[in-house]
Amino acid sequence: MRLVVASGKGGTGKTTVAVNLAKSWGSPVQLLDCDVEAPNTRLFLGGTMLESQVVTISVPEVNEALCNGCGECSRFCEYSAMACVAGKAMVFVSMCHSCGGCSLVCPTGAISEVESRIGTIVTSSFGKTTLLEGILDVGSTMAPQLIRRLKSLVKSGVPAILDSPPGTSCPVVTTMKGADFVILVTEPTPFGLHDLTLAVATTRELGLPFGVVVNRLGIGDDRVHSYCATEHIQVLLEIPDDRRIAEAYSRGELMVDVLPEYAGLFAGLRRELEKR
Amino acid sequence: MKIAFTTTGDSPDSPLDPRFGRATGFLVYDTDKDAFEAFSNNQNLNAVQGAGIQAAQNLASLGVEALVTGHCGPKAFTVLSRAGIKVYNTGLATVSGALNAFRNGELTAAESADSESHWV
Ligand code: SF4
Ligand code: SF4
Repeated sequence: MRLVVASGKGGTGKTTVAVNLAKSWGSPVQLLDCDVEAPNTRLFLGGTMLESQVVTISVPEVNEALCNGCGECSRFCEYSAMACVAGKAMVFVSMCHSCGGCSLVCPTGAISEVESRIGTIVTSSFGKTTLLEGILDVGSTMAPQLIRRLKSLVKSGVPAILDSPPGTSCPVVTTMKGADFVILVTEPTPFGLHDLTLAVATTRELGLPFGVVVNRLGIGDDRVHSYCATEHIQVLLEIPDDRRIAEAYSRGELMVDVLPEYAGLFAGLRRELEKR
Repeated sequence: MKIAFTTTGDSPDSPLDPRFGRATGFLVYDTDKDAFEAFSNNQNLNAVQGAGIQAAQNLASLGVEALVTGHCGPKAFTVLSRAGIKVYNTGLATVSGALNAFRNGELTAAESADSESHWV
C-alpha cells in the first residue's frame, strides 16, 4: 500500500500525521519525506542514519571546439536550458530536465552528457520504520526528479507513507502519482478550507481516492465539515486542538508514544486505511 | 546601432515594460535609420520557464547591441552579455523618455543582473 499525506499549504500538521501514522503502524513501514526543499521528518524522529547517497542527473556539456553555432539544440530544448548566441551554445544546467534530446539533434556531436548533482537521499531507521529523506541541493530546481528517484527506492511488499510537499505544484503531483490513497490534512478554518479545496481539485484530477484528516479541531468553525459532507468526502480522523500534543512535540515526543488516546485514534485510522 | 526597449505598446510614446523575459514586446530603435521597429514577445509571455533566456536569444539574432528595460534576471543577463548586448536598467515611464536618457548618456550599463531568478 502506498499512502500520500498531503495538504493544500504548509503548517497544517501534515508531517505530524505522517510520522504518527508510521509510528503506530505496528509492522515495518517505509516513510518517505518528499518535501525535498525543506525536509523535516527526521527532526521528529531522531533515529540512526544508515546511508546517504548523492543523486545526480545527466546534463549536456558543449565542446565549443566542435560547436558550429547552428542553434538546433536551443530550438529543440523545451525548457530553455540551452541558448545559442555569438556562434556558440551555452547550457543552463539548473533548468535542464535531462531529456537527452539536445545531444541527439546536434549535427556536429558537440554535446556530451555529464552527471550533475541535484541532492542527496538519506536513509535512517527508527524502530520498525525506515525513513527515506530527499534533500534537494540549494538552488536546484529538480525537485520532481529527486522525488521520482526517492519513490524508485520504495520496496514492494512493505507499506509506504509519503510525506508530500505542501501546496498543489509540480512536486506534489509527482509525489501523488501512482498512490493507492491520499490523506489530505487540513485545519477547520476558512484558510484551511480554501487550501483544502485546491488540494481536493488536484487529487481528483489525478483520479486518486482520498480522505480528510482535520487537525486542531476546535480552533475554527464547521465549514470544513460541511464542505466534506456536501462533497461526499470521508473525514478519516479528527485531532483535537490539545495543549498536551504541542507540549509533547516541544519535548521531541510523538503523541502516539505519550498520549494513549491518540495512539488509539491513529490505530483506528490505520485500520480504516487497511480496508482499502 | 540597434537599441531594444521593452514595452507594453508599439509606439515610442508607449510605456516602458519593467519586465524583460515576460515583456509584452520590444521596440527596436535603429540609430542609422532613425526608425523604430516593433517585435512581439508573445511566445515567451506564457513560457513555463526560461522566458528571459529566449528573449535574450531573440534580441541577439536581431543584431541588437543595447537593451533598455526595467529589470533583468541572472540567466538572461548571462545570455545577453555573451551576445555582447549591454543592459541598461531604468525606471523611466516611456520608451521615448528612456531613449532620450540613453542618448544623453544618463543611463549606465549594468554590471550584473538586478533581479532574482524566478526559479530559485
Ligand atoms: S537534455 Fe533536454 S532539457 Fe536538457 S538541455 Fe538538452 S534538450 Fe534541454
Ligand atoms: S546543436 Fe550542436 S553545433 Fe548546433 S549550436 Fe548546439 S551544440 Fe552547437
